[in-house]
Amino acid sequence: MDTVRSILNLPATLDNLPHALAFAENGAEAAGVMPKKMIGLALAMEEAFVNICTHAYKGGSGQVELACVTGSDPFPRSFVLEITDSGPEFDLLSIPEPDTSLGIEEREIGGLGVHFIRHFTDHADWRRENGKNILRLILNLDAGGSQAKAT
Amino acid sequence: MDIQTQQTGKATVVAISGKIDAMTAPTLESSISALIKEGCVCMVLDFGGVDYISSAGLRVILASAKSLKSKAGTLLLANVSGPVKEVFDISGFGSVFTIYDSVDAAVAAG
Repeated sequence: MDTVRSILNLPATLDNLPHALAFAENGAEAAGVMPKKMIGLALAMEEAFVNICTHAYKGGSGQVELACVTGSDPFPRSFVLEITDSGPEFDLLSIPEPDTSLGIEEREIGGLGVHFIRHFTDHADWRRENGKNILRLILNLDAGGSQAKAT
Repeated sequence: MDIQTQQTGKATVVAISGKIDAMTAPTLESSISALIKEGCVCMVLDFGGVDYISSAGLRVILASAKSLKSKAGTLLLANVSGPVKEVFDISGFGSVFTIYDSVDAAVAAG
């Protein structure tokens, strides 16, 4: 299978969120991601994008690179959204799961974003490479498949 | 995102439509804060027109509920369905808040 990769670079600012979402959704649609998974992709992507806008470039400005990838190893039957920033080393996925059983008084929202990323993707991973954080959100293209999780 | 507010009895009904994301959530937060500042203690949020809510939106709901509670007020949620309900469920919000099937039911409970 041929690998198809399309890339968008944009400033890491909140007002670019709609632009970033449209790019990811178009890429996912072209790859054949099921419509019912689109909202989950948007939610996972928003959390990752907003996190970079808020934390990656403290006191300065920087870029986010989005890449929509299909047909790549080791996930040939998956849609992969790579989100790359050049901020300090930070693994969003290292944040512990929130306690979603607490009442209003005790409840903090921190950690909910990463909970969404885990819940709405079939697989997510992070790596540090050449001074960059690369977060991959992966959605299987096969209905109900768990291929990404199995590899 | 659009926000419409209406007074029904002692309840202030805030009907939200569109997307509540990191871009739009601050607008919702300032609208709700303004209503609480004006003296609203019983607020019903109508999610009937909302098709998307991210953690930024959940943050606003939680902060609003805490703010109202500190004034012995209450926040009631109505018409939560579809993708919004799924987000509520995985966040545990379904058990933190009572969700009503209609604005009328929420107003009656408030």
